[in-house]
Amino acid sequence: MAGRDQQRLWARALHFTVLAVFVVLLAFPFYWMLVATFKQNIDLYNVENNPFIFNLRPTLDHLKLLFFETGYVRWLANTALVGVLVVFITLILALPAAYALARLTGRWGQRIGIAIFLTYLVPPTLLFIPLSRVVALLGLQDTIWSLVLVYPSFTVPFSIWLLMGFFKSIPRELEDAAMVDGLTHFEAFYKLVVPISVSGILTVVIFTFTLVTQEFVYALTFISPESQQMVGVGIPIFLVRGDVYFWGSLMAACLITSLPIALLYNTFLDRFIAGFTVGAIK
Amino acid sequence: MAVENRRLGAAMFSPAIAYIVLLIGAPFALAVMYAFSDARIGSPGFHFVGIENFRSILQSPSFQAALRNSVVFTVCAQIIVIVCSTILSIALEKPFRGRRFVRFLILLPWVAPISLGAIGWKWILDSIYSVITWVLVWAHVFKPYSAPMWLGEPHLAMASVILVHCWRLIPFSTVIMLAGLTAIPKDIPEAAAIDGAGFWRTLFQINIPMMAPIISVAVLFGTIFTFTDMTVVYILTAGGPFDSTQTLPSLAFAMGIQGSDLAAGAATSLFLVPVLILIAYFMLRAAHRAEVA
Amino acid sequence: MAVVEARNLTKVFKQGELGAVNNVNLETREGEFLVLLGPSGSGKTTLLRMIAGLETPTSGEIRIGGDVVNQLTPRERGIAMVFQSYALYPHLSVYNNIAFPLKAQKVPKDQHKKKVEWAAGLLGIEKLLQRKPRELSGGERQRVALARAIVREPRVFLLDEPLSNLDAKLRASAREELEEFHDRIKTTTIYVTHDQVEAMALGDRVVVLHQGVVRQIGTPREVYDEPADTFVATFLGSPPMNLLEAEEMIVGFRPERFLPAGLIAPWAPLGEIAKTLQPENLLPVDLQSSGNRVPLRFRVQHSEFLGAERILYGILEGTRFRDKPVCARVSSSVLENYTADTTYDFAVPEHELQFFDAKTGKRIPPRPVSWQ
Repeated sequence: MAGRDQQRLWARALHFTVLAVFVVLLAFPFYWMLVATFKQNIDLYNVENNPFIFNLRPTLDHLKLLFFETGYVRWLANTALVGVLVVFITLILALPAAYALARLTGRWGQRIGIAIFLTYLVPPTLLFIPLSRVVALLGLQDTIWSLVLVYPSFTVPFSIWLLMGFFKSIPRELEDAAMVDGLTHFEAFYKLVVPISVSGILTVVIFTFTLVTQEFVYALTFISPESQQMVGVGIPIFLVRGDVYFWGSLMAACLITSLPIALLYNTFLDRFIAGFTVGAIK
Repeated sequence: MAVENRRLGAAMFSPAIAYIVLLIGAPFALAVMYAFSDARIGSPGFHFVGIENFRSILQSPSFQAALRNSVVFTVCAQIIVIVCSTILSIALEKPFRGRRFVRFLILLPWVAPISLGAIGWKWILDSIYSVITWVLVWAHVFKPYSAPMWLGEPHLAMASVILVHCWRLIPFSTVIMLAGLTAIPKDIPEAAAIDGAGFWRTLFQINIPMMAPIISVAVLFGTIFTFTDMTVVYILTAGGPFDSTQTLPSLAFAMGIQGSDLAAGAATSLFLVPVLILIAYFMLRAAHRAEVA
Repeated sequence: MAVVEARNLTKVFKQGELGAVNNVNLETREGEFLVLLGPSGSGKTTLLRMIAGLETPTSGEIRIGGDVVNQLTPRERGIAMVFQSYALYPHLSVYNNIAFPLKAQKVPKDQHKKKVEWAAGLLGIEKLLQRKPRELSGGERQRVALARAIVREPRVFLLDEPLSNLDAKLRASAREELEEFHDRIKTTTIYVTHDQVEAMALGDRVVVLHQGVVRQIGTPREVYDEPADTFVATFLGSPPMNLLEAEEMIVGFRPERFLPAGLIAPWAPLGEIAKTLQPENLLPVDLQSSGNRVPLRFRVQHSEFLGAERILYGILEGTRFRDKPVCARVSSSVLENYTADTTYDFAVPEHELQFFDAKTGKRIPPRPVSWQ
């Protein structure tokens, strides 16, 4: 019947329009970054030219500047190093804690679990002032070790939450069977439960790493010298000479740094959501 | 068995607990202490001054602006974000070709590091080279060189900060709402259809109420992210022009680190606490209600 | 109240594959309780959903009350449906759940209270009106779902396995309530289930479906005693009908008709009957058949004692069907302890034998069987 089909056509058009509008609004900055990365400066800094297309031939100059004449590569290395170390520390602290809370401590476990979650609500913008003094006191000021020390404070609570949900879904009978077979409870944990939980652990690794790369406040506060800085602070702060922003290289840096994180995030998205929502709704 | 369990359990989570207490609890206590002192970076002295810090910052116009802005930015952003992400999550619910790719594109603002998204927007909102300006000039809304300064004019700057926050949060909220939407059992909208409800009635009287718990999760997290953020403000406007985009966290940073006045910075940032406590309360209530159900 | 008709109804989900529903024709009678019975995958739920308007047919027509409804949305068809999960709106009270269809159909507000209370009264849930679904038991939820369905006074009721979420004990009493409910409202009802006991207990007529095709439509007695093919024969009845394959035909007989020989002879002397059961527990007289009996030697392999009866599993001995597995259902009134690996004299009344074509499985008239 024409009426119903027409209705469906309108619905589809509306659906498409809504999606198109949002995709454009949300993603166009990245398209813009992509174009700016390869645009010659003369083209880029010309108000007359259409910003969305290449009016002159694209160039690799900005990329060359970024990689060879700035600290970008150094910052990437710093960030990667901090990331790896923080992941390591987080796993060491969070794995046993999450398991203990999921399995061993009944109602107390629940309360402590909630308390841990609440600490996640204490933001860096509250703690950064006292922590800056603590870091200075320990002599870690201006080194990446300050971050290695402090970052687990926000990666551990979230990881505990993620892993708790994960461990709870593993049937207790597995460890019981192992203990009947002669293992101690702790052995059952690291020989049996941990290997099974590889995908949950992988999720924690990915998210811890992305949390590290996203962090700004602590890195800005604790580290001043350019060579020691993280990539999230280096790019907006140090890709300037005096008052001049090197926009082409800046955009290149943003794009190059964001894309791998985006890809990683996307693959593990569902687990991440579970981590946020498993507490407030069942 | 039970006793051994309890000891083993305690041993297994105490390192994490100790770490959290040391790196969150202790600094928090320190912040409180600083707020009541006259601590400065570089000066060795440390005296308690009672509520002097609070008195002086409460009178400072910068602080008043920052407090107002923090609230305004957060509330405005949340409203826009909830409306947009509800619409977007409904649009993304039914599978269609290319949905994964669309989801990837939509997520980009959230997954890109905050500072990088912010610096991108700084360029997009640049007074001379702004892309937005170019489009508006091209559409003959403005004459060339007469477009407003997006980050230079106080009200526009505030709107820009709110815009960037929304831009970041919409993907996050959408994904969370999508999870809530897909958690609705399929037969409920079918039963509503059979009962005679059309699209809009089903949406407003069935789907959205059923998503209420998850909408509140999205709002609570969104509030935290906006209210406690200093990165967007710092990079976009550094609090200007004339403190019109200053927020509590960015002011705390300006005073405490850049201005070396630890005490004032700590006192300012402590004003975040009441709101955070409120949020914690609501989250606990939601969690408790979910358990009872 | 209306008649529902399906004409040449087909639903194909994937091109090139067998349809979920294939060329189904059926017609309900006014006010009847029609059961769609079949194993999972038989298309019964798809069929129901097409009638409801939740799935569009690939081809064919659906008529309700004589009008073609293919293009109508569910709300326009005048039907009500109860889902397997009941699909109660969790955030609304029982009262608002029942009132929801009234609101949606823009029934004037002043009539809501009366109608809701009428529907609630019909199902005995007046006291639950202020509760939320999560506070109700399974049986109470079913009643709320029914109240919500009846409040609009639909012309057809559709039920999709509403009892399968209840535990076994509750199911029997819920079933009884459903029967009473139907007697009271007398609306044409189409009920989907895979449970043949439910189907036979509730249905005025049963539609047996298999792989999207209607195998038989008939009263419970018809589908049980005169199955149209081997599928219907084995699907109804538990344990299923014994089937013996010969080259040109398949012979079948029900386990409860496969009895100790002594119980099936009209001429069996009273003494012989008395040997096999206590006088005060005499079996009903129709077991003493007036026709011939077919004697079959039955070697019992194992038995199940189920309280009121015993199920004996074993094989036939002698005859051309030797070593074929068969089972028997013997009332516990029979005193014999059937021990494993012992052979007993059993028999089947000749008129209880069923015959099916060996190739098509369809029912054929009785014919002589050579047992040697």
